[in-house]
Amino acid sequence: MLELTNLYKTFNAGTVNEKTAINGLNLNLAPGDFVTVIGGNGAGKSTMLNLIAGVFPVDSGAIRLNGFNLTGLPEHKRARFLGRVFQDPMMGTAATMGIEENLALAYRRGKTRGLGSGITNPERTVFREKLETLGLGLEDRMTSKVGLLSGGQRQALTLLMATLQKPDLLLLDEHTAALDPKTADKVLQITDEIVARDNLTTLMVTHNMKNAIQYGNRLIMMDAGRVVVDIQGEEKKNLTVRDLLEKFNIENDRMLLSE
Amino acid sequence: MDITNLLSALPGAAAQGLIWGIMAIGVFITYKVLDIADLTVDGSIATGGATCVMLTLAGMPVWAAMLCALAAGLLAGLVTGLLHTAMGIPALLSGILTQLSLYSINLRILGASNQSINVMKYDLLISLRYITTAICVTAIFVVVIIAILYWFFGTSLGCSIRATGANPNMSRAQGINVNMTKVIGLMLSNGLVALAGALLAQYQGFADVKMGIGSIVIGLAAVIIGDVIFSRIFRNFALKLLSVVLGAVIYYIVLQIVFAFGISSDYLKLLTAVIVAIFLAIPYWKGKYFGKRVRKEDRTNA
Repeated sequence: MLELTNLYKTFNAGTVNEKTAINGLNLNLAPGDFVTVIGGNGAGKSTMLNLIAGVFPVDSGAIRLNGFNLTGLPEHKRARFLGRVFQDPMMGTAATMGIEENLALAYRRGKTRGLGSGITNPERTVFREKLETLGLGLEDRMTSKVGLLSGGQRQALTLLMATLQKPDLLLLDEHTAALDPKTADKVLQITDEIVARDNLTTLMVTHNMKNAIQYGNRLIMMDAGRVVVDIQGEEKKNLTVRDLLEKFNIENDRMLLSE
Repeated sequence: MDITNLLSALPGAAAQGLIWGIMAIGVFITYKVLDIADLTVDGSIATGGATCVMLTLAGMPVWAAMLCALAAGLLAGLVTGLLHTAMGIPALLSGILTQLSLYSINLRILGASNQSINVMKYDLLISLRYITTAICVTAIFVVVIIAILYWFFGTSLGCSIRATGANPNMSRAQGINVNMTKVIGLMLSNGLVALAGALLAQYQGFADVKMGIGSIVIGLAAVIIGDVIFSRIFRNFALKLLSVVLGAVIYYIVLQIVFAFGISSDYLKLLTAVIVAIFLAIPYWKGKYFGKRVRKEDRTNA
């Protein structure tokens, strides 16, 4: 359903800071795939997600979603198909607006925003029910400003916003990296519940190998802007951190030798 | 200090404060809601005044002339918006460019550096000769404008404009065309500013190409004074808009009090700058030297 074909992206081309972030990336996702993405710093994980979301344009290659070509579409138009949660808890929500206002904004993703009411009472009921499923007590603070919430609460809220209108593809960019371990586990657990409940096709970037193994049905490892390891099915189920570290080192060595 | 003079000057200060309050609501939309410092207003307020005066002199009914002034302001905002979004020029610079070009346009509209309009000959809405009427009429304008804006910023479109100012990253991720919302916000803001210009020109009985100089600072003064004084009690959006207008009225009353001490009105602009600087510093000092420090939101792009 998601097809990334021969993607290339170089930042600061032609300067001393030239950095090839994505180098001939190919990736195909099946409907319902929950893919965890690992790789070292600068492997191109976040860049891949940002290219899919349209934060910046690709140098060459094609991005297709359900056969629909997204490659030339601006970020706000792709938003119709995508749910996104970012690493920085500040990035996914509007701090100076209320919880219900943020949800109402997300509820209108992919719809025209006209002169109708910005939030209606039936919507409030829906939001309250959805917030209850998070189990964080946010349903009793619907008018509170999001700026008052903790990082974990904000990430949980962003996750809810990303999935309020069912996205074709959910992009999670290290969305628990800025949280303490306990909160991170809680947010991951919520993530897993939502993904399973709505059967969402998901790309989840993480630095935590244990999480990468524990969650999802498929794991890819990136290095130097392309996919170097792709594990799914039974092999993924039986994967251990040890296996992964071995692969990681081997791949890194191979990369070093090929230089 | 001349108390009698001060008291007799207060109604005039209130009327002027209300007119500038409408202008300040325009500044509030860009500065507070959209988080853009828009300097177009120095030009668009004079455009509003000039358009209104010239069309009225040409025989158009004053209300129609004011609508045209509003439209001229919308257009000025559109230009700044397109310079910023379609041409990628930083917002501050876009505003300065439009403001500069409006100076020439205003000169062309007026045909001279200023044009007067006599309330005895033309059926103007307000004039400083009838201050009570001026205060009442302007107050009605304020109430109607606040009501319309309160409704508008509660709609889906209005919410997306507020979201754009609060967090453009999140807005794009939620499918909001932030370029469009910025342009709409800038248009709305300058439309209101031009309308205030039309009222101001009627009130003072003339339009002048220089009437806009420093008006962004007066607008900011009103926004900031209103915020510093009323932000703890006024939380509702409509009341926040009202606090901006009250901020403008307070600003003009403070000026009158200062003048009552015998300070020359040559110092007007200097005093304005000092008042704005002080009110800008108050929240900073309060945070730095008193009470708990509120951590400013960290928007680093990870």
